[in-house]
Amino acid sequence: MKTLVIAEHDNTELKSATLHAIGAAIKIGGDIDILVAGSNCDIVAQAAAQISGINKVIKADAPPLEHQLAEDIAPIIVDLASNYTHILSAATTFGKNTLPRAAALLDTQQISDIISVESADTFKRPVYAGNAIATVKSSDSIKLITVRTTTFDAADAAGGSASVEDYSAPASSELSKFIKHELSTSERPELTSAKIVVSGGRGVGSEENFAIIEKLADKLGAAIGASRAAVDAGYVPNDYQVGQTGKIVAPDLYIAIGISGAIQHLAGMKDSKVIVAINKDEDAPIFGVADYGLVADLFDAVPELEGKI
Amino acid sequence: MKILVPIKRVVDYNVKIRVKSDNSGIDIANVKMSINPFDEIAIEEAVRLKEAGKASEIIAVTIGPEKSQEQIRTAMAIGADRGILVKTNAPIDLGGVEPLAVAKTLKAIADKENPDLIIMGKQSIDDDSNQTGQMLAALLGWAQGTFASELEINDGSLQVTREIDGGLETLELKTPAIITTDLRLNDPRYAKLPDIMKAKKKPLEIIEPSDLGVDYTPRLEIVSVNEPPTRSAGIKVESVDALIDTLKNEAKVI
Ligand SMILES: Cc1cc2nc3c(=O)[nH]c(=O)nc-3n(C[C@H](O)[C@H](O)[C@H](O)COP(=O)(O)OP(=O)(O)OC[C@H]3O[C@@H](n4cnc5c(N)ncnc54)[C@H](O)[C@@H]3O)c2cc1C
Ligand SMILES: Nc1ncnc2c1ncn2[C@@H]1O[C@H](COP(=O)(O)O)[C@@H](O)[C@H]1O
Repeated sequence: MKTLVIAEHDNTELKSATLHAIGAAIKIGGDIDILVAGSNCDIVAQAAAQISGINKVIKADAPPLEHQLAEDIAPIIVDLASNYTHILSAATTFGKNTLPRAAALLDTQQISDIISVESADTFKRPVYAGNAIATVKSSDSIKLITVRTTTFDAADAAGGSASVEDYSAPASSELSKFIKHELSTSERPELTSAKIVVSGGRGVGSEENFAIIEKLADKLGAAIGASRAAVDAGYVPNDYQVGQTGKIVAPDLYIAIGISGAIQHLAGMKDSKVIVAINKDEDAPIFGVADYGLVADLFDAVPELEGKI
Repeated sequence: MKILVPIKRVVDYNVKIRVKSDNSGIDIANVKMSINPFDEIAIEEAVRLKEAGKASEIIAVTIGPEKSQEQIRTAMAIGADRGILVKTNAPIDLGGVEPLAVAKTLKAIADKENPDLIIMGKQSIDDDSNQTGQMLAALLGWAQGTFASELEINDGSLQVTREIDGGLETLELKTPAIITTDLRLNDPRYAKLPDIMKAKKKPLEIIEPSDLGVDYTPRLEIVSVNEPPTRSAGIKVESVDALIDTLKNEAKVI
C-alpha cells in the first residue's frame, strides 16, 4: 500500500485540510508521499516534510502552477499515479475541482467525500445530503479519494523529516488562465476548523444586522457561518455557506441563529458536538437537532447573550 | 454557439428519503422526482445566453430511465430546443451509472454534436459526487470552470467566476469549455403553461448506451446503505441566562 496525498496550499502555507487528508491516509496504512505543486512553494514543501510519518515530498515548482489550475495539476497526478495504490485529497473546493479530472484520465471512478476507511478498498460516504450513508467497495486498481476533513484527525504537523524530491512539471496546458482572486479576509478562525461557529440565516434580515452575529462571534473567538438563504440574500460572502453544497463543519459548539434547519443546512453541521439554536418559531426543524434551543427573537436574545457571556 | 446541458433526474430536494429495509439503497418508488437543482440553474444560464443573442441552440441531455423524458420536457419548457435521452434501466443514484460512465456517455454525445459550451450542475443532490463535469472536461481535453457564480462571454472570450473556499476566483477559459454551476449563478425561472405546451412538440431523441459504445458496469460496489446516526432533540432553555449557564456548566463549551 502506498498513498499520495495532494497538498493544499497557497504557495506559502500548507492548509490544515491536508493534515486531515493525511489522517485518512494513515487509516489506510502503508507509505505516504505528499505532492506539493505550485510556484515558489519550497516553504510549503519544507513544512510538508516536517509532518510526522511522511515518506517523501514531491515538489513540482514552476511558475505556471502558481494558481494550481486543475488542467495543469491533473496531468502531474496522472504521471505519478502508477507508483501508488491510493491518491487522496481533502474534499475542499481545490480537491473537488482537481481530483476528478485526474480520475477520469486514469479511467478510475473516484470516491468522493469519505467519512471512514473500512479497509483498503472499502469506504463510507454520505449520500442524499447525509440522510444515508453508503458503504462502497472499489474495484479500481488505483483508488482516488476525497476526504471529509471533519471526520479524520489531523496528522501531527511536526516530528517528521521526509526528503523533498523535485519533479519537473510539463508545460502548461494553457487551457485556462487565472485572472483574479477576491478572497475574504478575516481575523477570525477558519470556518471548517474553528472550535466555535456562530451562523446566521435569513432571520437575521440584512447585511447590517449581521453585525450582531459578528459581535457574538468575536466575543466567543468563533468563526462565522451562514445558511444558503443568508448568502443568496447577500448578507455574507459565498464562502460562509454551511451545508450539503457548501462547507462541512463539526465544531465543539455550533450556534444557529435565525436558521430554520433545512436538511441541506443540517448536512453541513449536524456532526457538531453541541448545537444551540435561537429561533422565534418553536416548531423550526433546527430544534430537532439542537441540544439547547432558545425560542426567542434573535434581535433581543443575541445582544443579551453577547453582553452577558 | 451551441450549448449542451446535461441534466439528471433526482429525488426532489424537498422529499425526506427512506433507506430501503434491505439496506441496498434508497426507496425512490412513488416519490416526487425533479431536475437536479444545479442542472436547472445550468439550463437557465444557457437560455439567458440564447436570449442575449450569444447562443443559437440548446440541447438537454440525460442518462436515465424512460421517465427522465419528464425532466427533458421541463428543460424544454424553460427553453432547451431539443433533447436526448440515453435510456437505461440501471439505477442512476447509487450502484449503477456512475459519474465516470456518465462522463464517457456525454463525451460520445459531445463528439457527435460538437457543442461550443457545456453547462452542467456542480453536484447531483442524490449521489453528492461532484465529479462528472471535471471528468468530462478531462476526457474532452477542455478547460473547466467549476462552481460558477458568474459567466461572461464576449466575442469568443469566456470568463468565469468560481466560488472557492476562500472567496471567489476568476478565470479565463479557452473554448470549447465546461462550466459547472453553483447556486448563485442565477435564479431559474418557472416554466409557464404555454411553454410547457410548446415543449411537448420539441424533438426528443432516445438512444441506447450501446449506440454510444459505453459500458455501465459499476466500479464501486454498494456494500450497504444505512441510516445515519440520529441526533435527538435536546432541551429548550427558558432564557439567555439559562443558556449561558448550561453552556458553561453542563456542556462546558464556553
Ligand atoms: C440544491 C440545493 C442546495 C442547497 N444547499 C444548501 C446549503 O449548502 N446550505 C444551506 O444552508 N442551505 C442550502 N440549501 C437551501 C435550504 O434548502 C434552505 O432554503 C436554507 O437553508 C434556508 O435558510 P434559512 O434557514 O436561513 O432560511 P429560512 O428557512 O427562511 O429560515 C429563517 C428562520 O429564521 C427564523 N427567524 C426569522 N426572524 C427571526 C427573528 N427575529 N428571531 C429569531 N428567529 C427568526 C424563522 O423562524 C425561520 O426559522 C440548498 C437548497 C438546494 C435546493
Ligand atoms: N445521469 C445523468 N445524466 C445527465 N447528466 C448527469 C447525470 N449524472 C450527472 N449528470 C451531470 O453531472 C453533474 C454533476 O453530477 P455528480 O458528479 O453526480 O455530482 C450533474 O449536475 C449533471 O449536470
